[in-house]
Amino acid sequence: MFAAAAFALLVAMGMALVRALMGPTVYDRILAVNAFGTKTLLMIAVVGYLTERPEFLDIALVYALINFIGTVAVTKFVRFRSLGHPVGDAPEGEI
Amino acid sequence: MSLILDLATWSAIGAGCVFILVGTLGLLRLPDVFSRLHGAGMTDTLGAGLLVAGMLMQTTDWLVAAKLVLILVFLAFTSPMTSHALARAALHAGLQPWTRDKP
Amino acid sequence: MGRTVSLAVVMALLWLALSGHFEPWLLGLGVASAVLVAWIARRLEAVDHEGHPLHLAPRGLGYWPWLAAEIVKANVDVARTILSSPASVDPAVFRVKAGQKDELGLVIHANSITLTPGTVTMDVEPDGWLTVHALTPATRAGVESGEMDRRVSRFVGEA
Repeated sequence: MFAAAAFALLVAMGMALVRALMGPTVYDRILAVNAFGTKTLLMIAVVGYLTERPEFLDIALVYALINFIGTVAVTKFVRFRSLGHPVGDAPEGEI
Repeated sequence: MSLILDLATWSAIGAGCVFILVGTLGLLRLPDVFSRLHGAGMTDTLGAGLLVAGMLMQTTDWLVAAKLVLILVFLAFTSPMTSHALARAALHAGLQPWTRDKP
Repeated sequence: MGRTVSLAVVMALLWLALSGHFEPWLLGLGVASAVLVAWIARRLEAVDHEGHPLHLAPRGLGYWPWLAAEIVKANVDVARTILSSPASVDPAVFRVKAGQKDELGLVIHANSITLTPGTVTMDVEPDGWLTVHALTPATRAGVESGEMDRRVSRFVGEA
């Protein structure tokens, strides 16, 4: 049954990739890549069960955190063209 | 007993896959980036939750179970934050939300 | 001080759940790292009622199951909207006033709205006005009924 779940996840990942390629705005692409990352993390966990290696869950946990930080960093960079100090009159920490 | 557990696992994983696929279909079908956020949110909440519940039912080791629950907890905290950051960035960049009377 | 100690205990338990080692030497290292991080967090002044909201845990046992049930209901709603004809998609942007005074309560309220599919908080103003994007009129009515507002207020102890 985990093989079926892996197949469904693969199909969903392909659909997310289509949205990432179609756009039309850059925020659509960021959203699609974020959804792709969530599915990848579920995929890693499912593959861990398929191959009976629960250590894969550690990788899935780390992937969840990287996915979050990456999405927020890319959003901030696209919005402000900078990851460090705020640009213009935007307050610090604004997204 | 194990038959009931297997049936429950099957239904949880099947329902989780359905929610993930429908959420991703929403990512393709809905009209603009703000409404597509709702489709992506489905994958992060009930889709991931049901898949993890199905995996929990096939687990005997409590360490593995703890990690599975931690994945859900992380998703529950990070998913609304990325959604909010994206929506806020898109709104402040000047994107107009699509509405029925003003396409 | 009590919060710092409880933060160290929580982090030591997290270390134990993630590592699964029970040898005395490694256990000692895990406890030492948890204490070190708690001390650094204390020096950063990150251990307050926002950074480590332990006081919310008992009332959370009443709030989180309700939120989980709401999420399941909203998921079924949104799934039906996506699968039905495109005519049923009728997004709207509106503003609601949140009743919470404290920033922690506001953040919990805004995150709860975003976590339920069908509604996304687009903007939060410090005086409590939330700008919300709703996918359908039904989800909009759910936010405007104010039930979540009441429950979050009770959760953070402001009602």
